[in-house]
Amino acid sequence: MNISKIANLKFFFTNTKNLSRFLGLFTFILFFFGIYWGLYVAPSDYLQGESYRIMYLHVPAAWLSLQVYMFMAITGFVSLVWKVKIMEIISIQCAPIGAYFTLIALVTGMVWGKPTWGTYWVWDARLTSELILLFLYIGVIALYSAFSDKRQAVKITSLLAIVGLVNIPIIHYSVEWWNTLHQGPSVTKFEQPSMHISMLLPLLYMFLVFNVYFIAVLIKRVQLGIYNREKRSKWMEDYLSD
Amino acid sequence: MKITETNKKRMIKIFVFFFAISSFSALLIYAFSKNMVYFYTPSQIVKQEAPINSFIRIGGMVKVNSFQKSKDSLKVTFKIYDLNEEINVNYEGILPDLFAEGQGVVMTGKLINKNTFVANEVLAKHDENYMPPEVADMMKERKGDSNNK
Repeated sequence: MNISKIANLKFFFTNTKNLSRFLGLFTFILFFFGIYWGLYVAPSDYLQGESYRIMYLHVPAAWLSLQVYMFMAITGFVSLVWKVKIMEIISIQCAPIGAYFTLIALVTGMVWGKPTWGTYWVWDARLTSELILLFLYIGVIALYSAFSDKRQAVKITSLLAIVGLVNIPIIHYSVEWWNTLHQGPSVTKFEQPSMHISMLLPLLYMFLVFNVYFIAVLIKRVQLGIYNREKRSKWMEDYLSD
Repeated sequence: MKITETNKKRMIKIFVFFFAISSFSALLIYAFSKNMVYFYTPSQIVKQEAPINSFIRIGGMVKVNSFQKSKDSLKVTFKIYDLNEEINVNYEGILPDLFAEGQGVVMTGKLINKNTFVANEVLAKHDENYMPPEVADMMKERKGDSNNK
């Protein structure tokens, strides 16, 4: 199987139905074990007690919000340079998924902040830059829907995605460059993680689960994107009438 | 995917564009980084980098054995410190659950003189360490042993 075959819209649309169904079910099972591991098996924290357990949703969602953004910008770049249709669709379909991850990270962060810090929200560099990320995602979605020519729209949104890439290192290093209420990184640094292994393993597992979920949802959304773009084409009509 | 001349031209355009945007934001951040400080540290306050009598935030660690509570009100006083300096803090109100001696705090309020701060909001700042209580106890013991030697 070569790349050009997968990149073929018809091939993708007609061959990924079972894969996305399987991944969806798989995510559900993986998620169940992850929640059990994080909420019951992992020990409580010496300082925060049980409330730190929201980390098992907050941290993977925040990591994914950055990862999905980078993926959106890279596929956007590829679609700008090579004009590959499937890359255009993948890039734009990343935006709503990333926006959801960002929203989950922000909301779980607020829920976590109230009992630990004593406030839902502060305007420190980490929280503010993550909020800007949400606005970038919303900007990409809004810009895309503002154009009736969708190929033209992806050109513009890809550029916006590349511009917004500047925000990614700012989010990551905000806690090191400036004094923030948010603590520094526990895992994503070159030194040994500042987290006990019994708490770290379920966290990494949840990160994996969120990734599987991302792939499952992305495939589903790309199918939708292909349908919207190709619904008037001959092969789509033939395929759907079968 | 082949890289043709057209692809190369497009790539260069995007790289130049991205380089321009990132240098622009790097300069912007560099220029504003003093204003992006979320809170001042005790050392900065002793060096008089923070304005007196206007609303600011300060952050530091609560000094062990410095916490005093008034008997008939919610008034508390304590000291915060960083590497070199100490500041006295007066506060009246409810403290967050994680507030404790030896833990980090970030506060909003006013400096009334160069080493006294009147806070109207106290937030707890925790560090990036997570561990089960037993491990924390073990580490404390080990630290105690090495201090005794």
